[in-house]
Amino acid sequence: MGKTVRSGDSELVILRDIDLEITRGEALAVVGASGSGKSTLLAILAGLDTPSAGKVFLEGHDLFSLDEDGRAALRARLVGFVFQSFQLLPARTALENAMLPLELAGRADAEAAARAMLERVGLGARLRHYPKHLSGGEQQRVALARAFVMRPSLLLADEPTGSLDAQSGAEVIELLFDLNREAGTTLVMVTHDDSLAARCARQIRLLAGRIAA
Amino acid sequence: MLRRDWRAGELRILGAALVIAVAAVTSVGFFADRVAAALVRDAHQLLGADLVVVSDHPFGSDLRRLFEARAPQRAEALNFISMAIAGDKSQLAGVKAVTENYPLRGRLRIAPAPGAPDAAAPPGPPRGEVWIEERLVAALGTPVGARLKLGSAELTVGAVLTLEPERGANFFNLAPRLVMNAADVPATGLVQTGSRVSYYLYAAGPADAIHVLENEVRPRLERGQRLDTLESGRQEVRASIERAQRFLALTALLSAILAGVAVALAARRFVERHLDGCAVMRCLGASQARILALYMGEFLLLALAACALGTALGLAAQQAIASALGELLRAELPAPSLLPGVQGFLLGFVLLLGFALPPLLRLKDVPAVRVIRREAAAAPAGVLGAYAAGLVTLAALLVWQAGDVKLGLYVAGGFAGALLVFFAAAWALLNGLGALRRLRPLRRRAFSNTLQTASLALGLTALLLLTFTRNDLVQAWRRSAPPDAPNRFLLGVQPEQLGQIKGFLEEKRFEAPTFYPMVRGRVTAKNGEPVSAADYPEERARRLVEREFNLSYMDAPPAHNVLSAGRWFRDANELSVEEGIARTLGWRLGDELAFAVAGETFRARITSLRALRWDSMRVNFFVIAPPGLLKGLPTSFISAFRVAPGQEPVMNELVARFPNLTLVDVSAALRQAREVVDQLVNAVQLVFVFALAAGVLVLYCALLATEDERRREAALMRVYGAARRQVAASQGAEFLAMGLVAGALATLGAALIGELLARRVFDLDLAPSLGLWLCGPLAGLALLSLNAWLSSRSVLRASPALTLRDSV
Repeated sequence: MGKTVRSGDSELVILRDIDLEITRGEALAVVGASGSGKSTLLAILAGLDTPSAGKVFLEGHDLFSLDEDGRAALRARLVGFVFQSFQLLPARTALENAMLPLELAGRADAEAAARAMLERVGLGARLRHYPKHLSGGEQQRVALARAFVMRPSLLLADEPTGSLDAQSGAEVIELLFDLNREAGTTLVMVTHDDSLAARCARQIRLLAGRIAA
Repeated sequence: MLRRDWRAGELRILGAALVIAVAAVTSVGFFADRVAAALVRDAHQLLGADLVVVSDHPFGSDLRRLFEARAPQRAEALNFISMAIAGDKSQLAGVKAVTENYPLRGRLRIAPAPGAPDAAAPPGPPRGEVWIEERLVAALGTPVGARLKLGSAELTVGAVLTLEPERGANFFNLAPRLVMNAADVPATGLVQTGSRVSYYLYAAGPADAIHVLENEVRPRLERGQRLDTLESGRQEVRASIERAQRFLALTALLSAILAGVAVALAARRFVERHLDGCAVMRCLGASQARILALYMGEFLLLALAACALGTALGLAAQQAIASALGELLRAELPAPSLLPGVQGFLLGFVLLLGFALPPLLRLKDVPAVRVIRREAAAAPAGVLGAYAAGLVTLAALLVWQAGDVKLGLYVAGGFAGALLVFFAAAWALLNGLGALRRLRPLRRRAFSNTLQTASLALGLTALLLLTFTRNDLVQAWRRSAPPDAPNRFLLGVQPEQLGQIKGFLEEKRFEAPTFYPMVRGRVTAKNGEPVSAADYPEERARRLVEREFNLSYMDAPPAHNVLSAGRWFRDANELSVEEGIARTLGWRLGDELAFAVAGETFRARITSLRALRWDSMRVNFFVIAPPGLLKGLPTSFISAFRVAPGQEPVMNELVARFPNLTLVDVSAALRQAREVVDQLVNAVQLVFVFALAAGVLVLYCALLATEDERRREAALMRVYGAARRQVAASQGAEFLAMGLVAGALATLGAALIGELLARRVFDLDLAPSLGLWLCGPLAGLALLSLNAWLSSRSVLRASPALTLRDSV
């Protein structure tokens, strides 16, 4: 699988010759310097970005033979996300943010499930706070709650501690791995932090768009 | 930097808003400026002299001797209306009978034939000749050299009159003009009891001589007489023109304010998009002042360009206004001065500073730490204060521009009030609707949504007013003359002619019309105290008191009058007064009034008040007395009746047989009045275009207001697996609710304002407009739906990953 992008009148190769297989329940770390294409790889795995060549199969489904809505439906069932910049909606409270995937799926117990998840990540007292009133670590925990609330099969994490200080980062990572273990999800985590990568069962390194041996 | 930001788009809106505001205001400003200059230039011409005394009764010997002694040059004139007849054609004409040295200043202009080039006229016209306007030539079929009858006299048409200086004054002087030699008047037999004649004495000469004359004449002026000099001259011109200019100014102001709203909205969006850039600059060491200066410089440059463009546009538009009103003004307008241009520039800069500066202040306060933690963005406490300062400055500028403190404050205050009301109402409604589960998102972005809805409502109100309401008002005005109303007024019937005329009409199978007696009298005292014009501060009241009243007498109240207070006559010494005039003059039931008629005085008490409709086209009297009181005093009779098409020859015969009669074709007069109003409306509509453009701009800005936020939300939802439909639906419901609320508010606003205008300004009955009530909410709905569709298209087309990355 590969991804090429036009920039002006020259071509930029972001990913090339990616041949990757991830088994269920695995924890995979994708490492590499910045510009190596890590985040793009993650986006393609989620069906958010389209590859220029090759195919991607998720739980047996050919991702890019489906249309945009089909991929969305798949994501709704199977995928959870954690972003480096948290990506919480500023106009919603912590509770409402956590409820988002449940609402989209039309779940009647959205509020109860979200509340439970937030309590699990230790924010039971902060349900009605808006993101701007939460610290970075707390926001990421809300994001974790949001990611796990649907019990996804696959969790994609893009530099989850990139915006956090060491202590918050450590807390968040512990929480992440705990939740992962509890739910039995497959984890693919992009990081530039080698020690973090070491905690994952498997690591791949991207170098100039290719998987380095 | 300006070019880069221009490409982004927000500055385009800002620029457009400024251009519109400046163009609207300068177009009206330039026009008004030229008209004022013309008035000054033509002042002499308009008077026809340096000093004029106007009287509604013949001059006493006192005043005449004074003029003979003191006036270096003097002339005289009479002004009245009369039928001019040629063969079987007749036409009502405005007659000016002048002594041979008229005018003392300026010149009449005449031409040898209609359409031929004209020239300044020699003093005249000579005895036996008349000079008539082209319209009269056409109506009577009398070219130069033909003869026509005026009253009992036959006169020759000597030339075609193309310009009569004093004429230009009165917009509503509807009868075509005829100038004759004053010495010919006695032969016409037209100046009789009941004829309305204005008498003029003119004087001209060196300024100090005129000044001396003025000081001596003033104390000798009687009731019904006034003195006009260059300074006071031609109030009617000023008044009429000012009325038209007020409408224009109002519309221009509306455009300016709407543009201000657009500027505020666009600036807000500009700032939001530049917050990150500013944070980076702060990291790189730029001081707060530096950042502010940078952006202010950019904006000022933009303002400069926009003001220049706006002024140029305004100049062009002003030309269009001038041509639309050309006929009414009957004058060449001089070139405009620079002042309106300066005002335009000032307005542009005030709009910019007042509405764009407050959001800009946020930029300078962006903390550098924002580069790391995006959420950190300070909202300076001074923002509200800055907006307030901007509004006050704008209000001050508007007052200056309107030239009228009341008007300026009304508009500014009314607008601010409307905005507040819209905001509050939108807030309440949206929060209320947000109680429903599906519409809960309404409450989340409460402030932005409310701002968007209120702005949308405002823009929509302007649009609705300028389309539906304007149409409705015009229709209502057109409808105000009922179809079977009388269309001819017959004036000046002498008592001895009454029988013959009645017989004539019967013979020609006209339904016997009612003839009302008319006695001219002047009110001299109320409850024993003498009454004078000086007692009344209001212009209208003063005029009413100065001139003679048309009194009438009858046994029973007229069918189309309704007694609103008191009771009808039982005794001889009673009066019935129309309620409006009673109110204006401060007369009440039970007051005793004294009237002077032809040297005699009578007294009577007001025992009833009447309500009547002036536009019913029937004969109406302010004051009615019982027959016993007025019989025996000099009387003429008037009547109103309907002439069907094809019956005109009968009218011509009537006037030929009784040449002293005056027959006023009311329908023609109405038609002409309508034409005048149509012309005014056309001129005003030109300025409306600016207001419309400004309104559309506000709409556009309002629609864009929450776009960035929604885009992010939509991207995130799609990341989490929402189908396109779901995304569209969730935001769609919000838009639906907001659109309905905005549409409803706009409809209410337009309906309310329309009603106010109809009642207070135009005195019309405005029927509730189905079109308005349907289209208002629908338009709101349609606009927001369109926006929802457009924005969701752009959002859903892009891949979510990219959208999210943009905001990272």
